Amino acid sequence: MNMNWLLTHSPALLIAIPLLAAFLTPLIDRLSKRARNVLVLIVLITVEVVMIVLAWDVFTGNTHIYTMGASNPTATIPVQAAIPIRIVLEVDGLSAFMGLISATVSLAAGLYSLAFVRRETGQGRYYTLLLLMLVGMLGMEFTGDLFNLFVFLEILSIASAALIAYRFYRGDAVEGAFKYFVISSLGALMVLFAIGLLYGQYDLLNMAALAKVMKYTMLDKIALVLFIAAFAMKCGAIPMHMWVPDSYTVAPASITAMLVVASQVSLYALFRICFSLYGLTLDVTTVGIIIISLGLLSMFVGVTMALPQKDIKRLMSYHAISQTGYMLLGVGVGLYLIGKPEFSTYGVVAMEGGIFHIFNHALYKGLLFLTAGAIFYKVKTRNLNEMRGLAHSMKFTAIFFMIGAFAIAGIPPFNGFASKLLIYESVYCVSPILSIIAMLVSIITLASFVKVFHSAFMGPPMRNTKEGEVPKSMLIGMVILTVGIILFGLFPGWVVDHIVHPAAQALADQAAYIQAVIGG
Amino acid sequence: MLHTPSGYWDPLLWILALIVAILIAYIIRGFGRKDYKGGEQSKPFLSGMDIPDEKELHIRAGNIYWGFMEGLEGYYDIMKKIHTGVVNDYVAWFLGVSALLFIVILIVGVT
Repeated sequence: MNMNWLLTHSPALLIAIPLLAAFLTPLIDRLSKRARNVLVLIVLITVEVVMIVLAWDVFTGNTHIYTMGASNPTATIPVQAAIPIRIVLEVDGLSAFMGLISATVSLAAGLYSLAFVRRETGQGRYYTLLLLMLVGMLGMEFTGDLFNLFVFLEILSIASAALIAYRFYRGDAVEGAFKYFVISSLGALMVLFAIGLLYGQYDLLNMAALAKVMKYTMLDKIALVLFIAAFAMKCGAIPMHMWVPDSYTVAPASITAMLVVASQVSLYALFRICFSLYGLTLDVTTVGIIIISLGLLSMFVGVTMALPQKDIKRLMSYHAISQTGYMLLGVGVGLYLIGKPEFSTYGVVAMEGGIFHIFNHALYKGLLFLTAGAIFYKVKTRNLNEMRGLAHSMKFTAIFFMIGAFAIAGIPPFNGFASKLLIYESVYCVSPILSIIAMLVSIITLASFVKVFHSAFMGPPMRNTKEGEVPKSMLIGMVILTVGIILFGLFPGWVVDHIVHPAAQALADQAAYIQAVIGG
Repeated sequence: MLHTPSGYWDPLLWILALIVAILIAYIIRGFGRKDYKGGEQSKPFLSGMDIPDEKELHIRAGNIYWGFMEGLEGYYDIMKKIHTGVVNDYVAWFLGVSALLFIVILIVGVT
């Protein structure tokens, strides 16, 4: 197996490996728990390594195309046909960027889970579903086919719902999963209906082929509305966010970290539909304003709702909504400015800020949820009123929490500051109010995390709590994300130039997306 | 170094500046009285009330930012009414936003 073979087949392998391992896991679980854990870890590490290799190749300018089932995977259009018929995977800068996020957070979550769910039953099913979540995320990120997007969305939603209800003996976990399932099913139905509208009109499911012939008819507009509403709800945009705190709070912490990424994958789908499928055919001003408005609402309502919360994970869930607002704002401004003279100076930077924030958010919010899980692991409560002085016994968790809190609040030199700075300085072009609200939200975010830190970690030590830190595998999971936060914070220029810029460029350049599949 | 529309951001330079600032602060601290060991000025002030034993002093999460929440009581009342926790309402919000988007994109939006 040489490097070229690996690179050629990596888009399919990245989906196939965790998919096969997911179905192998329950079988191996019956033989040995240790072997099951080893298998899951090997798969997660393999996916991370292959993803890094693929992403690096993509970031240096090579978009990867993979036609499923074809003797030549790069031949998207069969000899007898004029359009792509088979399922095509298209890994461009943005897909690779999102794939890196999914693989990294899944690895951290998998490592963390080894100790975190050690005392639970049904671990075979847990790891099967965790791997299926990864499959769903990578599939949605890589696919160039609309119906395939729906299939992977369903895989992701079903696996997520089952994992939210993992602690089914707690009533709130089942309730959270039920709400997530209802909302996800509704969203998926809307997506399916929208795909049906486009297929009925154009006889096409391939996104690049559809983008080439898109006319923005009345039916296309209806499909667009359904796509925007469904994916905005799935990414937790206000006012369709209410499922987020209900589901994130009750899921195991490792799964909550993955749910954050799952929501960002829906955000990716939203951006992909707007930029790559519709592109300049749509009314960019109107749709741009819609996305900016959703972003502003999410930022402000999310953070103000986080402030009074007493459940640590519920508080963090509202912050997840608020941070999604930054991404919507940045990329929304990019969409609003596309085709205008300001796009090259401000629009690109706004998109880079929004996209950079996706990675940063996955790292620090993933870390914060893992620290919340570590606290729950030790004190068996999520209620901040019942905590105090945990820094006495959980020194590493306290440090990880501080780093995550500084990052989410946009305190330099952590990674959150770099992406927020890009957003502040670019969205100003549309209106200074946007920058002011974004900065105000950061201040309230800091205030909110000061409250959490004071409540949980400061003060006299808790009585009746076991001394000592959480197990090492949980700490290693947190270390992975912490290292990412620090490195992205210290070298933001390198990250933006080599990782974020190719992703933003891939999103903005619809012609390149079409050409990679259709040619000419 | 990260270039932004109106300048640049260099975290390493920022850390260097922070270290210099901490050093300056440490030097200024060195000019202070060495014999200062405490007294009334070193005690925390809590609206003139007696301070309980420091080891037992801890303000619970529910009491933090009480004033902020009181100041925005009207806003939070509306928010509480909206966040019912009933899944039917979640679906209603989704349908409402979808309807609004239909109006904006199909009718208001001008291509």
